[in-house]
Amino acid sequence: MPLPDQRVLARRDEIIKALRQIVPGEGVIDAPHELRPYESDGLTAYRQPPMVVVLPETVEQVAAVLRYCKGQNIKVVPRGSGTSLSGGALPLADAVLLGMGRFKKILEIDYEDRLAVVQPGVTNLAITKAVEGEGFYYAPDPSSQIACSIGGNVAENSGGVHCLKYGLTTNNVLGVQLVTMEGEILRFGGKALEAPGLDLLGIIVGSEGLLGVVTEVTVRILPKPETAKALLIGFPSVESAGQCVADTIAAGIIPAGMEMMDKPAIHAAEAFVQVGYPLDVEALLIVELDGPEAECSHLIQEVEAIARANQAGMIRISRDEAERLAFWAGRKAAFPAVGRISPDYYCMDGTIPRAKLPVVLQRMNALSEQYGLGVANVFHAGDGNLHPLILYDANKPGELERAEEFGADILRLCVEVGGVLTGEHGVGVEKRDLMPAMFSEDDLRQQQRLKCAFDPELLLNPGKVFPSLHRCAELGRMHVHRGALPFPELPRF
Amino acid sequence: MTPQNTKEVCEIIGQALADGEKLEIVGGGTRAQIGAPREIPTLCLAGLSGILEYDPAELVLTARAGTPLAEIEAAVAERGQGLAFEPYGAAGSTIGGVLAAGVAGARRVSAGGARDHLLGFEAVSGRGEIFRAGAKVVKNVTGYDLPKLLCGSWGRLAALTEVTLKVLPRAPERVTLCWRGLADEPAFALMRAALRAPCDVAAAAHLPGEATMLRLDGVGPSIAARRDYLGAALAAYGPPEALDDAAPLWARVQGGAGLTTEAPLWRLSLPPRAALGAIAPLLAAGGAYLADWAGGLIWLALEGREALIREAADAAGGHATLMRAPAEIRARIPALHPQALGVEALSRRVRRGFDPMGIFETNRFLDEADAD
Ligand SMILES: Cc1cc2nc3c(=O)[nH]c(=O)nc-3n(C[C@H](O)[C@H](O)[C@H](O)COP(=O)(O)OP(=O)(O)OC[C@H]3O[C@@H](n4cnc5c(N)ncnc54)[C@H](O)[C@@H]3O)c2cc1C
Ligand SMILES: Cc1cc2nc3c(=O)[nH]c(=O)nc-3n(C[C@H](O)[C@H](O)[C@H](O)COP(=O)(O)OP(=O)(O)OC[C@H]3O[C@@H](n4cnc5c(N)ncnc54)[C@H](O)[C@@H]3O)c2cc1C
Repeated sequence: MPLPDQRVLARRDEIIKALRQIVPGEGVIDAPHELRPYESDGLTAYRQPPMVVVLPETVEQVAAVLRYCKGQNIKVVPRGSGTSLSGGALPLADAVLLGMGRFKKILEIDYEDRLAVVQPGVTNLAITKAVEGEGFYYAPDPSSQIACSIGGNVAENSGGVHCLKYGLTTNNVLGVQLVTMEGEILRFGGKALEAPGLDLLGIIVGSEGLLGVVTEVTVRILPKPETAKALLIGFPSVESAGQCVADTIAAGIIPAGMEMMDKPAIHAAEAFVQVGYPLDVEALLIVELDGPEAECSHLIQEVEAIARANQAGMIRISRDEAERLAFWAGRKAAFPAVGRISPDYYCMDGTIPRAKLPVVLQRMNALSEQYGLGVANVFHAGDGNLHPLILYDANKPGELERAEEFGADILRLCVEVGGVLTGEHGVGVEKRDLMPAMFSEDDLRQQQRLKCAFDPELLLNPGKVFPSLHRCAELGRMHVHRGALPFPELPRF
Repeated sequence: MTPQNTKEVCEIIGQALADGEKLEIVGGGTRAQIGAPREIPTLCLAGLSGILEYDPAELVLTARAGTPLAEIEAAVAERGQGLAFEPYGAAGSTIGGVLAAGVAGARRVSAGGARDHLLGFEAVSGRGEIFRAGAKVVKNVTGYDLPKLLCGSWGRLAALTEVTLKVLPRAPERVTLCWRGLADEPAFALMRAALRAPCDVAAAAHLPGEATMLRLDGVGPSIAARRDYLGAALAAYGPPEALDDAAPLWARVQGGAGLTTEAPLWRLSLPPRAALGAIAPLLAAGGAYLADWAGGLIWLALEGREALIREAADAAGGHATLMRAPAEIRARIPALHPQALGVEALSRRVRRGFDPMGIFETNRFLDEADAD
């Protein structure tokens, strides 16, 4: 992480006083024991109490805080609910932690145009809860949906088990209001399907809190499908399960969800929730289909036939909503279930071309032996997004480090076979130093120039995503031709 | 200039940088009519052609950016797949041009636009540097989502040399439900009601005075069930006809093709509910229109009244793009809708991040005061 700025730390009291002028009352937290809860996010291996926490309530306060910090050269780390699994909201010792938790209002729901305008602190699930009475829902459904905020979802471009069919956050957001580090309040997108000019909304989503602070989000809401049915299918090998997934897609079927679990994950989940997962299979697939009853029944038959052709052993088809939810219960509780069989676990998030699944699992098993650490796999099988859960014990000296190295090897492996470092959890601090495995120096510099257009002093969430912090002036260096520089008034990144 | 590979693209851009010259990036050159008239040497990407990788089971296709759209469509159709955003173009249109122009057809309303289907790319920036972003898998959040930014960038950031697209299975069947002769208000209400129903309506369009259409894509039993549901839910509008071949009707909506070519053509993106109100003064001024995307996209043919059109779009929370007009008008009226000052300034800084010397700034969009 960037070294703490001693000049800023020396002025801590003065800074807190100034922040209290902007956000009065309980909105500024500086007592050490009250800073504790903010010292990490969902990636708890990294901890650092912030210099101070500010919890603004209005967009004007957000703008004033950022303007002040920019003027004083103080770093700012935005935070939603703090469930990031990549350390995106990890505080810095010399930074303001800007918590958006008080932005809890649903501002507008428009069923005619099928959208909702909400503040960033509203939880993902709260959006669905607010519109389900009218038969609507918000599609992206991260497993953390009861806790994570929509602002955090926008920053991480979060996914969920239904994103194969319904897309990630980015495909479901129509617009945002964003405050830049300058304190400028800007709008990108809105209620129309398309916005004029460059698609800056497209890069703000997934920008991990590096480009601005999101203060309002307009999301698409969808009419809830009439029915949903699920199949629970056991396979004698991971290969046959993988082939079933490929054949399903090749048959032109895009299920609402298609999740795979390997043997260790199945056993952990069944021990935890007892929903009748078969224990004698090597891989388990949950395939969910949604739509009109007639469509579900029709496609269920097709998927069933494809599964049989791929040596499926057990096949169960949900007979009612309770049974469908039971199928999901084990998968949805996979993380805590693994948490029960191992003191600690470390969740990875690479994506691979699906065809590479058998070789990736084979090599992962070899790595597992090499590092002496177990691994359980849950897998968004439809889109190739792996979640290997590395089992370790933080109390045993050296195990955390080994788990991290094991994880890094898995991610390098994902890139090697044509995949990526992260499918939905973000780069954060966790995968920052792996970025060169996927991108060249020129690729990374081009991305950083985008950062420079929004925040040239690199004050917003520094130390995340990019392995090296180039100064913007350095990134902008360009030969001058014939002594004439076009656009002399503009910084060039 | 028509380079044949990425290295040659770099060389041409490098030469332009050295000479202080500007370049206009083109694909098939079929959209040259958008924007102010200009005489700029072109950098034509059509020489970079051909599909590089296509794996139907992975749902991804990688092609050189100058590959004709038609070639890609044919290749995926052969495997029962398609581009869900239904891009379209003239005979020579390239995939790079389609993406850079952000072209999306009727299914935009349900399946997303070009931006939602570009997964990764290789490009050459205005610095003459090759860079990549995104990836060749369907799910990825590593780094900024530059593919979104390149879609609809109109050749102002970088020359795309290779693109990776998400492809999806093509629905085996499709049917169009058509109501004849509905007035505008009920037609728009019908489209909105249809999209609120749990019927996965793929597309909804209105040809005033003529036809109001809903398209259902999918497997047979599903289409039948959704047809019944919609028939009941929309009973107030009378029974629809089911058209097996509605392609000619949809083709007239696409790109505003069914409107007169005598008047300038505008494309208004609006919140559907506000659309009719927004265009009322434009129709009163003699405009004719076609509506797609359940009312969220209005193709408008109207002589003059440029300020009124932009005001109407603004007031409704949308924007208006000038798609076709005589050169004299294009020289005066920016093709792209002006943006809020702060966003405009930020966009300019972003463009300079890709193209510091402004070699792709041809003043086509009348928004670079100091570009020549
Ligand atoms: C048990 C568990 C299960 C999970 N399951 C999933 C899953 O299925 N799919 C998935 O994609 N993720 C999952 N996650 C990860 C996490 O929940 C998501 O990344 C979520 O979007 C983070 O939201 P948050 O509000 O907690 O954000 P935080 O953790 O507070 O912040 C995340 C990032 O967003 C930035 N940020 C937050 N709010 C704002 C704002 N208003 N403006 C600008 N930047 C902001 C922060 O700076 C940080 O970089 C899971 C996490 C846990 C703990
Ligand atoms: C709103 C709209 C309406 C349309 N209406 C019609 C119509 O009525 N009839 C019809 O036949 N088609 C129409 N089209 C479709 C259009 O002709 C093509 O689909 C496509 O945009 C042009 O492809 P092209 O290769 O000819 O691109 P070009 O016209 O060459 O370029 C289009 C834009 O993309 C940029 N560009 C091209 N290639 C690249 C690249 N490799 N990298 C970076 N930038 C690039 C160019 O600079 C230019 O700004 C319409 C498109 C749009 C967006």
